[in-house]
Amino acid sequence: MDTREKDIENLKDYKYGFTTDIENIRAPKGLNKDIIKFISNIKKEPKWMLDFRLKAFERFKLLKEPDWQKPKYPKIDYQDLYYYSAPKSMKDKPKSLDELDPKLLETYNKLGIPLQEQARLNGIAVDAVFDSVSVATTFKGELTKHGIIFCSMSEAIQKHPDLVKKYLGTVIPTTDHFFATLNSAVFTDGSFVYIPEGVKCPMELSTYFRINASETGQFERTLIIADKGSYVSYLEGCTAPMRDENQLHAANVELIALDDAEIKYSTVQNWYPGDANGKGGIYNFVTKRGLCKGKNSKISWTQVETGSAITWKYPSCILRGDNSIGEFYSIAITNNHQKADTGTKMIHLGKNTKSKIISKGISAGFSDMTYRGLVDINSKAKNSSNYTQCDSLLMGNKCGAHTVPYIKNKNFDSNIAHEATTSKISEEQLHYCQQRGLNPEEAVGLIVNGFCKEVLQQLPMEFAVEAQKLVGISLEGSVG
Amino acid sequence: MKEQLKTDFEKIQKVSSFSGKDVETKRFYLNKFIERGFPNRKLENWKFLDLDKIIDKSINELSFYNDYSTTNKIDTSIFIDGLEHNKIIFINGRIEKIDFSYEDKNQIEIFDDFKIDYKFDNNNSLIDLNKAFSNKYFKILIKKGYSIKKPLIIYHVTNEKMKSKNINLRLDFELEQNSSLKLIDFFSDITDTNFMNILYNFDLKKDSILKNYKIDKSFNRNIKYSYNNIDQEKNSISETFIFSASSDYFKNEINCNLRGEHSSAFVNGIFSLKDNKQHEIRTSINHLVENTKSYQLIKSVLGKNSKAVYQGRIYVDSIAQKTDGYQLSKAILLDETSEFNAKPELEIYADDVKCSHGSASGSLNENSIFYLMSRGLNYKESKELLINGFLLDVVEKITDAEIRNLIKNMIGLTE
Repeated sequence: MDTREKDIENLKDYKYGFTTDIENIRAPKGLNKDIIKFISNIKKEPKWMLDFRLKAFERFKLLKEPDWQKPKYPKIDYQDLYYYSAPKSMKDKPKSLDELDPKLLETYNKLGIPLQEQARLNGIAVDAVFDSVSVATTFKGELTKHGIIFCSMSEAIQKHPDLVKKYLGTVIPTTDHFFATLNSAVFTDGSFVYIPEGVKCPMELSTYFRINASETGQFERTLIIADKGSYVSYLEGCTAPMRDENQLHAANVELIALDDAEIKYSTVQNWYPGDANGKGGIYNFVTKRGLCKGKNSKISWTQVETGSAITWKYPSCILRGDNSIGEFYSIAITNNHQKADTGTKMIHLGKNTKSKIISKGISAGFSDMTYRGLVDINSKAKNSSNYTQCDSLLMGNKCGAHTVPYIKNKNFDSNIAHEATTSKISEEQLHYCQQRGLNPEEAVGLIVNGFCKEVLQQLPMEFAVEAQKLVGISLEGSVG
Repeated sequence: MKEQLKTDFEKIQKVSSFSGKDVETKRFYLNKFIERGFPNRKLENWKFLDLDKIIDKSINELSFYNDYSTTNKIDTSIFIDGLEHNKIIFINGRIEKIDFSYEDKNQIEIFDDFKIDYKFDNNNSLIDLNKAFSNKYFKILIKKGYSIKKPLIIYHVTNEKMKSKNINLRLDFELEQNSSLKLIDFFSDITDTNFMNILYNFDLKKDSILKNYKIDKSFNRNIKYSYNNIDQEKNSISETFIFSASSDYFKNEINCNLRGEHSSAFVNGIFSLKDNKQHEIRTSINHLVENTKSYQLIKSVLGKNSKAVYQGRIYVDSIAQKTDGYQLSKAILLDETSEFNAKPELEIYADDVKCSHGSASGSLNENSIFYLMSRGLNYKESKELLINGFLLDVVEKITDAEIRNLIKNMIGLTE
């Protein structure tokens, strides 16, 4: 067996499907004021934070679950979920990695994130979120030297309340849509990043999310602030154990870039997609939004979406500052019974703003994939431009690929160009590869990787390798 | 409005000669319409232009009652010169004349005792409105193997008698095997604040050809909605051209079902708008079997305060392999107050297809203007020349040479 085959053998079934036997502390099931107070209390939050949550909850009660999306799902009973679950040993947070529950460390090793190793070798600072709470953050010393704050959200609320208070909810307000508002009310943890003025973050920051407990919703909240002239590249990876039930993941991610700052946010999402018959899997209903607040700022989203039973998200950029830039690079792969409705929103408010969207969708098996995107150029956004390209690849006639772009141009100085194609892998290309000695699966892998190249190039090195493998593996069994 | 609808409906039934069963069917659709009302922005298809709001804003007390008992005088000055043609004259909600004088009478059949049907039972409340209030509806049948010799022009006329009225028109066309029809819809209304609701149903049998041209050119302040349903069998071809320019509001919907192999559909459109006009074209081309083809080209030139919307949808069924679908929309925005919205949508369930769409919008190319001005044209002339060329592209797609020239002259394009 060559290495690729071994990889495939290892990963044929969902590799991250194990569960970890760890004692959990849980809040009782259900969603009400008391639960929110419980979460806030156990996290020893200040009053303003609790008020923030309660305000969001009041609003949430008025909202109706949206149903305009393409992938339909059975009704979720929001009263039948646990909104807080934490490994017991985390009740009093460990001070360093050495104090961490060995079982937790083992889990992360299985996931391929040996925290200590990573800390030493890769030079990537990792924040790991297990179920609902952040368990470890590596590389603190190095980051503190530069004045960078990289910690869990709970810690940030305690230690940097001014920053949190100033920025939390400014991009995704408590009055946003259904899932975002739910998150605002019950979020448990997540990552917080602050890059001070003029600092170029010396390493990639990374978070691994994992849902372990059953019947739990995971609601994390990430807030990244890049102050004037700073730069940060942030990576996010996600996995979950195999379970027959569907689990809800409704995270909120807020990015804020001030003058001349740049944020690069990369995601490799590999939540459990359900089994081959579509049973189980994660509902990934995430709200990600970036605000280019300052002049010349830039926010770039890169995502590789291979997991989840249903992916429903639109990482967006609000280009408020003049000359700001928004970018969105996406690969979404659906196989078996997976469904995805994903894309982006580029909202041009400032002058000379530019945005670029490259989206590659691949669907195989019985899956369904939708690109849905909005480009909105406001009448004040003089001399702005957008370029959109969305390509879809279909494998077999049991799957679907859809493109639903919304294009609004209210400014005569601005240009919008949009292209989309849908096709299958051409017989000639396959024939050519096979003639050169590749088997059909390898040929498809090669062609698909070529199809996705424009997006894969945008990923940081460490992720690109993983993503490339993932692309091949996700399509396993869909050819021939 | 609810009470108005009900009283107007009863008033019409008193003077009309519908059978008891027809009235019942009509009432069913009336109630359906009352339940849902005019479509508003909450509905995905009406997101960009909210008809409910537009009617509310521009028409005071819309009335649904029309007196159909008296005939209207036909003003022959509106007839198009220089082109021999058959006519249907539709004045103030009444079909006054159907004239096929250029054709072989045995090859065309006209039915006027048509029953209200339950067809297109979809989510379009305007179709319900049409069914509830359309006065009399005709079906025109072109017999097997017959190609109509001269184009048929439908004159849509309203005169000063009409104010704040709702007018409904329903026509059905059946093209038997290997027949063909050239149909021009010519809007010649000088009134304002009326709401016209037109519903056409085309049934294209094997090898038949339909060419439909819609020309909205004379200035008026009416609100119009037109829905074309086209069902196509094997080898049939449909060609639709829309020139959308002069009504206050005009939405054209084309719903085309390609049910037979090797059938094809072409939709070409021009928006030429200024001064608060809001127009929309929405297409839905459904590829339901193998080896079908569709092509859409929409170009817009948008002046002050105008707004154009293009929502194009290509649907490919899972058995419709070898589909070829193409969509292109381009817009030139001439003023800071003009707006273009597009939603080019692909919904694809088959893998061996070639589907693509493109959409571009922006201002006139400064380099091209510079080039022309350096050749001695002034700014205005350069602009006009560029727009001329931009729109000519769409008119050139018209396959009938005679009609192509007519339309070119009508909208003032030069080669």
